[in-house]
Amino acid sequence: MAEAPMAQSYPTRWKRPPVLLTHPVWRKIILLGGLVYLVLAIQTVEVDWQRVYLGLERGWRFVQGFLVPDFTSRWNDIYAGLMESLTMTVTSTVAGILISVPIGIGAARNLAPAPVYLACRGIITVSRSFQEVIIAILLVAMFGFGPFAGFLTLAFATIGFLSKLLAEEIEDCDRSQIEAIRATGASWWQVVNYAVQPQVMPRLVGLSLYRLDINFRESAVIGIVGAGGIGATLNTAIDRYEYDSAGAVLIIIIAIVLVVEYSSSYIRRWVQ
Amino acid sequence: MLKLDKVSKTYKTGDKALHNACFEVPAGQVVGLIGPSGAGKSTLIRCINRLVEPTQGSITLGDTELTGLNRRELRRARRRIGMIFQEYALVERLTVMENVLSGRLGYVPAWRSYLRKFSPDDIAQAFSLLDRVGLADHYNKRADALSGGQRQRVGIARALEQNPELLLVDEPTASLDPKTSRQIMRLIRTACQERNLPAIINIHDVMLAQQFSDRIIGLKAGEIVFDGAPDALTDEVLTTIYGDEDWTQLRGDNAEQSTDPEAPAVDLAEGV
Repeated sequence: MAEAPMAQSYPTRWKRPPVLLTHPVWRKIILLGGLVYLVLAIQTVEVDWQRVYLGLERGWRFVQGFLVPDFTSRWNDIYAGLMESLTMTVTSTVAGILISVPIGIGAARNLAPAPVYLACRGIITVSRSFQEVIIAILLVAMFGFGPFAGFLTLAFATIGFLSKLLAEEIEDCDRSQIEAIRATGASWWQVVNYAVQPQVMPRLVGLSLYRLDINFRESAVIGIVGAGGIGATLNTAIDRYEYDSAGAVLIIIIAIVLVVEYSSSYIRRWVQ
Repeated sequence: MLKLDKVSKTYKTGDKALHNACFEVPAGQVVGLIGPSGAGKSTLIRCINRLVEPTQGSITLGDTELTGLNRRELRRARRRIGMIFQEYALVERLTVMENVLSGRLGYVPAWRSYLRKFSPDDIAQAFSLLDRVGLADHYNKRADALSGGQRQRVGIARALEQNPELLLVDEPTASLDPKTSRQIMRLIRTACQERNLPAIINIHDVMLAQQFSDRIIGLKAGEIVFDGAPDALTDEVLTTIYGDEDWTQLRGDNAEQSTDPEAPAVDLAEGV
């Protein structure tokens, strides 16, 4: 065959074909329908402009209170709440980690037999299906006001979070390292200790520190429903219209979260 | 002595990885197992220590029938079989010493291995093996701080620490440069000679296999298509195993490559 005198001309224009909604008519109908629904839905939201105005005014008083935080007049309450929160956070995190590690190992498909796997995944699902505040309300009703209910709430929530992420980390482990240790004649415990633990340790430390951070913040929230701690102090301050003391509490919470954040990123780099 | 009788493996997916493999390996013999990717080489050596369960056939090591063992007996049998892996399969976050000592896991109870309390004999042997493979000074380094060749030496030391009766070697040189590959093969070869240890080396590089084995077994699509001396590996045989290729040309290239002065057999510490 003779060669063409000119190079073959290729198209110079290309458009990415639609991926999800390939049918041109249905695509238009669905997008238009979605838009119409959105407009109608927004119109059903009633906005009372007078209440917005009053709310903004109250908000401004918050801001004024926060700008001049008052640490001194309620210091004893703040200090007690803070200590309660910190105790609750640390104890619940430690207890949560101790319980999470065996559950996490049991929930890893590459280490646990099917019945254990299903049981542990069940525990994780139960723990994860309720938000902390709901568990706190239940536990406060069961055990009364105070930090004990808070401790139980946070420990319970920690189990769902930590076991799940630990199990996923174990499942992502390098299989050849596990195989190599198994090939030496090691028992199950030895495989966990020699092949899995070194691989997941940095991640476990990182997750635990992250959970410590979350538990501290949650301790402020669940205090509002009666589980003790700095949240209770904050709630009392707002109820008494003492926005300057509330501002002091918020500043302390922010400061502690910052400290935990910076130290955890440092520790994670150190254990790598 | 190792004996395989009609060993077959069909994976759950229906892939017939191995079909009626029969052969015997006497003490001290180094067998090179060659064949194209997917021919069942890895499956074959993993069937022997039952990291992969064979579907049919019997495998005997010494007086022990490996295929019928329960879990405890299997662990006892595995500690008699040393294994060296492709990509080394060291536990990267453990130290070199811990990796070598993990060869003793089958012999020590879990609490001792957890506390890293190995017997003085085990520790002395680990030091002597590290010295033997030229890594005497590196015992407290983390495994991921070593180069590829060094890591494979640790892998060899770990396998020998088991005092094995059989060595299974899976692609020991897959990610190493030609010179380091030769050093590693020579190290495995001398270790086998010193201990009168039989070995099965699964290897891609035909020339390397010919140079360092007493016997070659060729696998193709799960069947043994060649079993004989390295010299008997003619171009026709290679074509049966791998399909058409200009083998003479390949051999020529390889001969040129290996004309560079070879390192003496004892100098194992160099090229790190």
